[in-house]
Amino acid sequence: MNSNISHAHGHDEHEASKFGMWLFIFTELLLFGGLLIVYAVYRYRNPAAFQLAGEELDVMIGTVNTVILLISSMTMAMSITAIQKNDRRMALIFLGTTIFLAVVFMVNKYFEWGEKISYGFFPDTTSLHELGQGTILFFGLYFVMTGLHALHIIIGVVFIGYILFKVQKSEIHSGNYYLLENGGLYWHLVDLIWIFLFPLFYLIH
Amino acid sequence: MSEHKSHVTGYRTHLMVLAALLVLTSITVGITRLELGPLNTTAAMLIAGLKAFIVLAWFMHLKFESAFYKIMVTLVFILFLLILLVTFFDYWFRT
Repeated sequence: MNSNISHAHGHDEHEASKFGMWLFIFTELLLFGGLLIVYAVYRYRNPAAFQLAGEELDVMIGTVNTVILLISSMTMAMSITAIQKNDRRMALIFLGTTIFLAVVFMVNKYFEWGEKISYGFFPDTTSLHELGQGTILFFGLYFVMTGLHALHIIIGVVFIGYILFKVQKSEIHSGNYYLLENGGLYWHLVDLIWIFLFPLFYLIH
Repeated sequence: MSEHKSHVTGYRTHLMVLAALLVLTSITVGITRLELGPLNTTAAMLIAGLKAFIVLAWFMHLKFESAFYKIMVTLVFILFLLILLVTFFDYWFRT
């Protein structure tokens, strides 16, 4: 009797935690969605400046980072498969790979931003002010939107690191892995946002 | 947890989803090399939408969730598109 109650409780808890995660994802989608509308309006009003400024971005580094994020999304999804199959070792390998790929993404971002900043494409520099309103808006949005996305990557690394620790200690296992599922949902959200940021900033033509 | 009827997605499926996403990414990069005018952005956004759908359906497991989650996610995207549309009605017809 008692075990039945706790069993049902565990199921409800699982549903509630998943539902909560989705609600959080909706707020995140509307946060980035709001920024996307700001981007759309400014680009509509400064099409030529946005195109010129967009060509300053490195398509190669953007593409490489897109591929890295897509692969990391897959390894994150695979870690759930591994846990479901009761394969703790593979789950740890997949989670470690995801964290590694996230760090590589951030290293690329560091070099990319460093280059832009050394060229003076940074908010409130005199060289940027000389280039006019449209360019200022483009680089302002570029740093805010990819910066906010990068912040989500850093939080994701901490979150997945915590999950990896829990899997290591067998606190996450094939009978109870909703924290891992929520970590997966969060990480795919970060991927989802990048899917839109990449063409909007790097591939303007 | 016997009552937790979770759907197990195999490694192969995950690999195929990744392959589809990588193909779509290379198509997006390829399209922007062509001179299509404003169609470039439209095409890039349509492909991004398709990639988002694939990520939501398979990686985020929505394909195997109840209709409740599917409807909610659809509504959020419709809400976003409506806000975008209403904003542009203002800019298009501003004199």
